[in-house]
Amino acid sequence: MTIGIVVFPGSNCDRDVQWALEGCLERPTRFLWHEERDLAGLEAVVLPGGFSYGDYLRCGAIARFAPVLEEVRQFAAGGGPVLGICNGFQVLTEMGLLPGALTRNRDLHFLCEPAPLQVQPGACRWLQNYGAGERITLPIAHGEGRYQVGGEELRRLEGEGCVVLRYAANPNGSVGDVAGLSNPGGNVLGLMPHPERACDPQTGGTDGLRLLAAALG
Amino acid sequence: MLPVPLFHARVQVSLRPSVLDPAGEATRAAAGRLGVEGVRRLRIGKAIEVELEAPDPATARAQLELLSDRLLANPVIEDWSLDVREAG
Repeated sequence: MTIGIVVFPGSNCDRDVQWALEGCLERPTRFLWHEERDLAGLEAVVLPGGFSYGDYLRCGAIARFAPVLEEVRQFAAGGGPVLGICNGFQVLTEMGLLPGALTRNRDLHFLCEPAPLQVQPGACRWLQNYGAGERITLPIAHGEGRYQVGGEELRRLEGEGCVVLRYAANPNGSVGDVAGLSNPGGNVLGLMPHPERACDPQTGGTDGLRLLAAALG
Repeated sequence: MLPVPLFHARVQVSLRPSVLDPAGEATRAAAGRLGVEGVRRLRIGKAIEVELEAPDPATARAQLELLSDRLLANPVIEDWSLDVREAG
């Protein structure tokens, strides 16, 4: 039941994810350095937040070519649960595992605040512990979280039930209020909010706990 | 053995017209504060200079197109154009 946490040069939420999984959920984790190719024995993989490769060129653009992600792509193709948080979501879009792109926030500010969200779990494995339409609050912390995709593509994603998390009060200008997206298979989730920072009542709520717990079967 | 030809390229990456450019808008507002009042539109992109070795111009262009489309620009939000010339 070990969960892999990918570590790129510049990742900075990898230890937060480890703390949430080990400290709050008592599950073993294993760090996967960006050059790692061995995912044997892992139940799920998390791409954490941060600034992989300094966010050079575009957020996630360089990370996409990391050797570990070739293995993560295979893992996801085989139905393995993959979670991309913040920078991890940006990496998933650059990899093409999720459509669209994350761009500079509408008002240019780095936003670091609690974000009220609405969950539509659909087929997303990571969100099965939440009710349809449930309101939760998770912290956001990003400068480039404005989800961008063409209008037709957005309607297709909505039709397929891939828009699984929406902002209740859109903070960054994302089209369709998109805060998180699932693939149609439901095993890959990318989201800008940080569930790992909402796992302990002493640090601002526990709404993220059920999300991380979902990967644990 | 002949040296491998060297090509200079300049790749211009710009946000697609449909994509909001808040940094460009903020810069446009600053232009007004500088006293330049006539700026109606200002969009910020990137210019990337590349030197590439390739056996011939067609190969050089093909390699640079791949580079532009798959790494330097993200076609979901950006357009790119390419200017190539052989060095020397």
